[in-house]
Amino acid sequence: MTRTIAALGVALIGTTAWAPSAPRATLAGSVTGTITFTGTPPKMKPIDMAKEPSCAKQHATPIETETVVTGPNNALQYVVVYVSAGDQGSETPTTPVHLEQKGCQYIPHVVVMHAGQSLEIANNDQTSHNIHPLPTKNPEWNKSQPPGSPPIVTKYDNPDFIPVKCNVHPWMHGYHIVLATSHFGLSGNDGTYTITGLPPGKYTLTAWHEKFGTMTQDVTVGAQPTKADFQFKATPY
Amino acid sequence: MAKLFAALVAVITIVSTGIFVARTWWLPPDISVVGPSIDSQLVETMVAAGVLFVVSQLTLAVFVWRVSDEKKERPIRRFPGGATPLVVLATALVGVEVLTLSLVGSKIWYNTFLAPVPANALKVDVQAGQFAFYFRYPGPDGTFGTPHPDKIDEGGGNFFGLDPANDIDARDDIVTAELAVPVNRPVLLTMHAKDVIHSFYVPELRLQQDFVPGLVIPLHFTATQVAKTEIVCTQLCGLGHYNMKTYLEVMSQADFDKWLKDQAAAQ
Amino acid sequence: MTTVSTPPTVAHHHGPPTTFISKYVFSTDHKVIGKQYLGLALVAVTTGMVLSWYMRFHLAFPDAKAPGLGTITPEQYLQLMTMHGTIMVFFVLTTAPFAGFGNFFLPLHTGAEDMPFPHFNMMSFWVTLTAFLVLVAAFVVPEGPPLAGWTAYAPLSAVGSGSGPGEGTGQTLWAISIFIFCIGQLLGALNFICTVLDMRTKGLSLARLPYVTWAWFITSVIGLIAFSVLSSACVLLILDRVAGTSFFIPAGLVVNDRVLTHAGGSPLLWQHLFWFFGHPEVYIAILPGFGIISTILPAFARKPLLGPRVMIGCMAAIGFLSYTVWGHHMFLSGMNPTSAMGFSVPTLIITIPATIATLLWLGTLYGSKYRFTTAGLFCLGFISVFITGGLSGFFLAQPSIDTYLHATYFVVAHFHFVMAVAAIFGIFAGTYFWFPKMFGRMMNETLGKWHFALTFIGVYAVFMPMHYLGLAGNVRRYSSFPAEYMGQALPLHKWITIAALFTGAVQLIFLYNLIRSRFAGEQAPDNPWEATSLEWSTQSPPPWDNFGGRHLVVSHGPDEYGVQSPRGDYIMQTDPP
Repeated sequence: MTRTIAALGVALIGTTAWAPSAPRATLAGSVTGTITFTGTPPKMKPIDMAKEPSCAKQHATPIETETVVTGPNNALQYVVVYVSAGDQGSETPTTPVHLEQKGCQYIPHVVVMHAGQSLEIANNDQTSHNIHPLPTKNPEWNKSQPPGSPPIVTKYDNPDFIPVKCNVHPWMHGYHIVLATSHFGLSGNDGTYTITGLPPGKYTLTAWHEKFGTMTQDVTVGAQPTKADFQFKATPY
Repeated sequence: MAKLFAALVAVITIVSTGIFVARTWWLPPDISVVGPSIDSQLVETMVAAGVLFVVSQLTLAVFVWRVSDEKKERPIRRFPGGATPLVVLATALVGVEVLTLSLVGSKIWYNTFLAPVPANALKVDVQAGQFAFYFRYPGPDGTFGTPHPDKIDEGGGNFFGLDPANDIDARDDIVTAELAVPVNRPVLLTMHAKDVIHSFYVPELRLQQDFVPGLVIPLHFTATQVAKTEIVCTQLCGLGHYNMKTYLEVMSQADFDKWLKDQAAAQ
Repeated sequence: MTTVSTPPTVAHHHGPPTTFISKYVFSTDHKVIGKQYLGLALVAVTTGMVLSWYMRFHLAFPDAKAPGLGTITPEQYLQLMTMHGTIMVFFVLTTAPFAGFGNFFLPLHTGAEDMPFPHFNMMSFWVTLTAFLVLVAAFVVPEGPPLAGWTAYAPLSAVGSGSGPGEGTGQTLWAISIFIFCIGQLLGALNFICTVLDMRTKGLSLARLPYVTWAWFITSVIGLIAFSVLSSACVLLILDRVAGTSFFIPAGLVVNDRVLTHAGGSPLLWQHLFWFFGHPEVYIAILPGFGIISTILPAFARKPLLGPRVMIGCMAAIGFLSYTVWGHHMFLSGMNPTSAMGFSVPTLIITIPATIATLLWLGTLYGSKYRFTTAGLFCLGFISVFITGGLSGFFLAQPSIDTYLHATYFVVAHFHFVMAVAAIFGIFAGTYFWFPKMFGRMMNETLGKWHFALTFIGVYAVFMPMHYLGLAGNVRRYSSFPAEYMGQALPLHKWITIAALFTGAVQLIFLYNLIRSRFAGEQAPDNPWEATSLEWSTQSPPPWDNFGGRHLVVSHGPDEYGVQSPRGDYIMQTDPP
């Protein structure tokens, strides 16, 4: 009898010790969606980079301002969609987020990161840039980056929606979005976004656009990808 | 040592004067109505200063040379006439020069800054802010919209803070990053500063004027030749001061009209 | 003039100071205070010169890494420039020729034991030193020193950290430092004026005072008014920065995408206040040099100064007129263009006394038996560089020409020639002349002559080309020049940088000479130069009470050279009539 129990015990321990743990990823769901707008958005203006010839000549046709970037079928780009409630918590990713200054433009126009995540800003232009974030919940800073200098490596500790400008080139504007969650997505030119890695459950999603404000939506994430679209109201001015 | 000093003074004087005369580094050709008079005033001052420079430095060199032999016994000699002729000479010479330059110069100054602006002047509104210049043409309605500091959105290209939603005059304003003007036509700039003091300097126009926050400063000029020149900021305004510039394009009237139409379409 | 003052009495004095602290640190002895000021000036000029090397290095080699700083960013360049200008103008040019030599020699020139307010005098040094320490503290605060230039125009300097790096704490420290500096100088000026008016020994009428003493007196009077105005301006600036006032800030400013809430102020008000101080300040920097040259030149020429009363009149006229010209810094500032002509005329007129003074020096040199000592050479060098610097002012004084030359390197050339070169030559002349009296030892003449010759060549090599850059339209205060702008100027900038580094290195000869002579120089007699003024009738260095308790009686003027006398070819002021 004792031997049977012992054998069962060993088997039990062995099973639990040797059994591979179920990977959470295969159980996690995702949310995807398309961001569109109704109404007339403001016209984007071409940027005249006359004061910086080394950048001006990089654009055969001038680039346009990026306050409202639209795509086919009334798609809206650069909308940040993120989990604003219901999140079980997420870890700060160890990979850095990259931002490039090229052709006197911030690429991408909106960069999203987790609080505490490393942000690397490179200057790939022949001119000096002076990157100046204007945060409300983090310390303000600005730093000159002469051409050829190494990337600036920084991070923001607190969630914040931070407009960023270049002190030297007034048309260079962007956003650094710092979130408490790593469950976020950024809409592309076709308006679509995807958030992955969400355990099943109920969540509130917030969609943020720099000009048209925020919208929220509740979703329930299950085994199948969940759809959540947002439609913003656009005004010409 | 004394002779060496006298020689150094003479050599430095002659070499440096030579470089001035040779115009190795010199003003760019002027393209402005007031340019020739400013240039001739400058040259006249240069000649007067140059003569004084050469004469006084060589006098110093000669005087030093003549007393350079410390071992030679010679009596002390007082300057002939004492101090009085020097006082008279200095007062008369400098006084006359001062008077002439002031009289002539004041006329030029008047023409640049105090003369009334011709009625057919092209009006352009200029805003200087850290670290770029932006220009505004009034559009077909001939009036400028009101700028609102709180509505400035540089990322969105609204550099003047215009409110076209509510301000009809603002709707046809043409905002540009370069200053284009027709040749031989008076231009009246109205200059505002967005944040700190800046300045507008076009060497070829022989023109310079500060932008002062809180003031709207009128500045007029007439360009006499088709050209593309730089406009640079000359009043220390922060870290980007060295890179605060744009271009002045003087064009024929026809080219200017086309340019303005193209700019209006891009608004 | 034959007015005679009563024998000087100091209120009451104890015996000589005995402790180390009272002898060398918190000393009320004007001689120690003078040396302390000179020591401060030496530290300041070294700091200021190193800052300028970094600036010049960056201008010539914009992408290179500067030793210790790496690649210099645009804001770092402006911060270097701001501190360079502030340190040099305030802590070198206002201290050394005026507070330094003046403190040491003014009471000696008047035959006094000390100044009438020795404790105020001691305070003036320690207050000035405090101001210096507050200023250099800006180097170690998080954003670093301010970048608005030594002129600190508002609103750039008034709106706080939004307008640029260093415009936060750094700029506030700057304003506090300058305010403290003004207090120090006011305390000193009081002493100078009272010593000249009340402490002259028997027989020493005002007309018999050495020219340099007159220069210090006039400089003190200018300083009283100028520093008072500057200190008020600094208070207003500090209030705008920390207390939300709007003296210099108008409504509707947008800085860093934020609309400021200030309203009602005027940026031009700062400029008027600053330049009302700033122009007299440059005469505060140069008039002691005028005085030093006028005192030393006759001693080495072995003949009296040509036109003694005229020279004093010239210095007084320059002092008076210095208050009427401040707007010539503001021709294009946005003030009413009509007032430009009102400022231009007195600016041009001020060339008259300056020209007369130069001619008087040349007339003194004429037919002299010149002794070409180092001090004597620096006097002659002063004349040359002052002519050069003064003539470029002629251009800038005319508004219509200033329209082109304003804010170009032409202006930089002008003020460096008159301040960084001429005034410094005056300081060098004074150092070589008075070192024996101050320290009881002679400086090495061979090293001195090398120092003079190489410096004379060096300063012309550095600053003469800047005139050409200005004529070509090269704008100043730019941290670098994009290739399409002023590309032709870059070779000239490289030349200037190399010349500047060379000239800076040459000053090591002076520094070495100074230190070595102080400890191992030949012993100095009481009167090595056979000079006439009162400091030479006492020991080298003077005893603690200057004249060993003697009450001197003066029967002669300050420059009786070239006359037959039992001494040789000169009569000292204290010699019998």
